[in-house]
Amino acid sequence: MDVSPLTLIGQAGTFLVLVLVTMKWVWPPLTQAMEERRRKIAEGLAQSEEAEQALDKANAEADEIIREARRKAGEIIEQASQRGNQLVEQAKEEAIAERDRQVQAAEAEIRQATNQAREALRERVAELAIAGAGRVIESEIDDKRHREMLDKLAAEL
Amino acid sequence: MSFAVAAAGSSPTEYVSHHLEHLKVGEGLWAIHVDTLFFSVVLGALMLFVMILAARRATSGVPGKLQNFVEVLVDFVDNSVKESFHGPRQFVAPLALTIFVWVLLWNLMDLIPVDYLPLLAYEVFGLEYLRVVPSADVNAPFALSLSVLVLILIYSVKGKGFAGFGKEMLFHPFGKNPLLWPANILLNIVELVAKPVSLALRLFGNLYAAELIFILIAMLPWWIQFIPGGAWAVFHILVVPLQAFIFMTLTIVYLSLAYEEH
Repeated sequence: MDVSPLTLIGQAGTFLVLVLVTMKWVWPPLTQAMEERRRKIAEGLAQSEEAEQALDKANAEADEIIREARRKAGEIIEQASQRGNQLVEQAKEEAIAERDRQVQAAEAEIRQATNQAREALRERVAELAIAGAGRVIESEIDDKRHREMLDKLAAEL
Repeated sequence: MSFAVAAAGSSPTEYVSHHLEHLKVGEGLWAIHVDTLFFSVVLGALMLFVMILAARRATSGVPGKLQNFVEVLVDFVDNSVKESFHGPRQFVAPLALTIFVWVLLWNLMDLIPVDYLPLLAYEVFGLEYLRVVPSADVNAPFALSLSVLVLILIYSVKGKGFAGFGKEMLFHPFGKNPLLWPANILLNIVELVAKPVSLALRLFGNLYAAELIFILIAMLPWWIQFIPGGAWAVFHILVVPLQAFIFMTLTIVYLSLAYEEH
């Protein structure tokens, strides 16, 4: 073995310098960067978890809203069809009422016309009877005397 | 074979001993191993350059390739420290990172073919000797492990206080009886010294042996070298990070033992 105290001291001095420099300028920045990265990754993971939860919540809310909307749409359709039925029913009733009214009016008119025709016919029959009777018994029958009797007869028709 | 043999003579013994000679300035005990210092400083600078580059551009967003690579290292070291050291980590973790990467780079130098850099140094700079693997120089692992010993003492005092540390030294394995104090102290000192010695010798032994085997392989005929050389290099790929990892882990364990109350 080739012992050399000065070499040894030189080596030890070099070692001291290397250690001090490593301790001051190498170790802290690297470990800080690594620690920082660890923290960032942890934060990122936590955030992604939170985001996932938020997404789940939002999805649930959206589902709820869609369900509610469907329900409301159903209700509205139901109401509309009811209203439609109502309108149809109402229109029907009105039509029936109108028809009845018109029928009644027509019947009244018919009745009136019938009465008029009857009246006219009655008068005409009386006239014809008188004329006929007059022609048959010309002078024998006194117009004034028999008139009353003939009117009575006509009224019975 | 190579220039070195030509430079140092021609026998295998001379080739090996030439390859195991350091580039020195000065004489005897006070010689400085310039090659060890140079390569460990260059490798340390490379390490700091890459790491500081990554740290400067560090972002908490999507990391680039360099940042990713350095972060893998940092994360690996930080987890190792977390597992065994339960005190504040702002010094121990960078310390472990420095030890791991620096020793890893030292050991990796062993995978460069043994003659390349010495040949280059000889041809270009006229340097007679060059050893490129700092961990195969006993001074480099010991510089680390003795620094670790100092840190063990500092952390013992920091964790337990002077009184606590003193008590542990006096009372620890056998008991509080004053008659046992000398035995306790002796055992504790042996334990304390054994730690850096074993730490350094384990790394040095592994890498020195590996380097020696690469040197021996380099003496085989050139057309057969790739078989044992390749096999040993592949095996060495396991040893290189393993020894760096062991050095780092034991440092953490020793500091944690020193810091915590028993």
